[in-house]
Amino acid sequence: MEENNKLLEDLAGQDYKYGFVTDIDTDTIPRGLNERIVRAISEKKGEPAWMTEYRLRAYRHWLTMTPPRWAHLEIPEIDFQDIIYYAAPRTDPKYKSMDEVDPELKATFDKLGIPLEEQMALAGVAVDAVMDSVSVKTTYKETLADLGIVFCSMSEAIRDYPELVRKYLGSVVPYTDNFYAALNAAVFSDGSFCYIPKGVRCPMELSTYFRINAAGTGQFERTLIVADEGAYVSYLEGCTAPRRDENQLHAAVVEIVVLKDAEVKYSTVQNWYPGDREGRGGIYNFVTKRGICKGDNARLSWTQVETGSAITWKYPSCILAGDNSVGEFYSVAMTNHFQQADTGTKMIHIGRNTRSRIVSKGISAGKSQNSYRGLVRIAKGADGAKNYSQCDSLLLGDKCGAHTFPYLESSNPTAVVEHEATTSKISEEQLYYCNQRGLSTEDAVALIVGGYAREVLGKLPMEFAVEAQKLLSISLEGSVG
Amino acid sequence: MLEVRNLHATVAGKEVLRGIDLTVRAGEVHAIMGPNGSGKSTFASVLAGSPRYEVTAGEVTFLGEDLLGKSVEERAREGLFLGFQYPVEIPGVSMANFMKAAVAERRKHLGEEPLTSAEFLRMMREKAAIVELDSKLVSRSVNEGFSGGEKKKNEIFQMAMLSPKLAVLDETDSGLDIDALRIVATGVEKLRRPDNATVLITHYQRLLDYIVPDFVHVLYKGRIIYSGDKELAVKLEHEGYDWLINEHQ
Repeated sequence: MEENNKLLEDLAGQDYKYGFVTDIDTDTIPRGLNERIVRAISEKKGEPAWMTEYRLRAYRHWLTMTPPRWAHLEIPEIDFQDIIYYAAPRTDPKYKSMDEVDPELKATFDKLGIPLEEQMALAGVAVDAVMDSVSVKTTYKETLADLGIVFCSMSEAIRDYPELVRKYLGSVVPYTDNFYAALNAAVFSDGSFCYIPKGVRCPMELSTYFRINAAGTGQFERTLIVADEGAYVSYLEGCTAPRRDENQLHAAVVEIVVLKDAEVKYSTVQNWYPGDREGRGGIYNFVTKRGICKGDNARLSWTQVETGSAITWKYPSCILAGDNSVGEFYSVAMTNHFQQADTGTKMIHIGRNTRSRIVSKGISAGKSQNSYRGLVRIAKGADGAKNYSQCDSLLLGDKCGAHTFPYLESSNPTAVVEHEATTSKISEEQLYYCNQRGLSTEDAVALIVGGYAREVLGKLPMEFAVEAQKLLSISLEGSVG
Repeated sequence: MLEVRNLHATVAGKEVLRGIDLTVRAGEVHAIMGPNGSGKSTFASVLAGSPRYEVTAGEVTFLGEDLLGKSVEERAREGLFLGFQYPVEIPGVSMANFMKAAVAERRKHLGEEPLTSAEFLRMMREKAAIVELDSKLVSRSVNEGFSGGEKKKNEIFQMAMLSPKLAVLDETDSGLDIDALRIVATGVEKLRRPDNATVLITHYQRLLDYIVPDFVHVLYKGRIIYSGDKELAVKLEHEGYDWLINEHQ
């Protein structure tokens, strides 16, 4: 029997087909969710008992919850028993060099425009590439290790750094937080863990590429970033998924802990499959991202470029607990065709003289619906807190919708909160003017949208900004004329 | 260079051009004058291919090819430039990026290599100097926060950048004070070459103090009712259009 399995594995490992769905044999468990499945996931990953218990507590709590319905989204009923909660590519053991990497896997990355080798060589980016649910490749680990920086998969972190994981996992986003956070805590398959020790400035951008691959498999990533006192790190996350008819649920959790005098920059370019022009298929992206500026003078900055997903529900947030801590949120969210996005941020001011800045740029095209939802909360003790919010909407065509839902809760009279909002359209006159200078309408729209999003794109690391600008143009194809 | 034959056009079902004939050869400057509502700006827009107007009859050839079947951007790439009466603001898009894209399209059409960044920046500086355009403006968003005079200078700056075969300048002189008028007009004059041509659409003779036209045409009710040389403009300035209109009717 064992020999048979091995033979099958070998065969599966040799016989690859072309196509955008990578033909890698995946090690899946049955559909549905119950305590047995939760235990099975934990067991497959060889987790210690405390982790299994954590998952089970989350699962039991999840059973008492219902999906949130307050967002400006139309979400089809999701059958949570019809989802496969775990899939791992059969690629172990891990590779020492690129030569050992599965050629099919490499080809997939190439198609996505993510040449690992080039990135390693040119950009100096350490890539922890997540294929499906298990980390397949981690680079630059040694360089980082010399500085005491830990950058590894969550599975490895649970095994190798249990004290850090136990201390911080769920400390910013507890499983009681919301329905999808609870689900994630129960079934998360893998993700990334990053720890920057005291006083260390991470010398390179850390980057993780996520990708959904196995059909009908939910993707539940878990990311935890801890910047110890005086540390600095810039973390990039980018994701993209192949075309697919079946809706796919993606419910990730990202937690960031920023200690005294430390700084974390988290950038995302999100390009999950958005569904086709008729609104069929596409990823449901229900993500909880939150960071805490735990110590004084801590800084946390979120930058996101959202172009994909059929439905996006995502509010990267900052809890500004330390005095003088700073939270930032820069966002470009683009929706086209039948996409729906309800995204924004929460800035929770607790410490004194805390500052936050929100710059949100929504772009709606086709028949899509795009909402900004943002909360600024000033706690009683947050003397001298300041927030500035700017929420702009750009409409392409007259069948799409842009909505702004700002919430302000201030319990401190010394706080200064400013909010500005604009809505604009790309006018016929602007397009005609560009046309008369020789630009095609599509190029003109890309230029205007690029200009509109410039302030946010400028916050991204250079190579990411270029990629993001390209992505915006690609996502707008077919939205004009 | 440009041959217009019996051109008719409508806007919202109303006929505004009612049979225009005009021939423009390389090296020439033509001024088109006429009272308000005579169809001057419509004529410029129809040449550029504005989607607001429908051509109902007639033909136009530009550089030996049919013009009316081409898109707005194709006409532009082939070397037809329209100086807008009301230049459009494009927030967020810097003049430099805008011109970079436009120049790239024109060069691609001409089969020329793309400019390097250094070449492009040098070109920007040179051309901005022609119209005394503040170099700070080119790093600002297209026309955003520009004064009326700056917008018009900016049109001529773009014309200089794109070196068109035919420039149609739609009331580039309107709303300009005397200094700006001089700068804009001498700018246009500096760009005059034996292999290009200009059609000036104007209300006032004063522009023609700086740019001496080879021909002056009077447009009235969608037709050119009279053509002459630069003396005609002077006469119109003194006597108005009534004598011509009476003669025509």
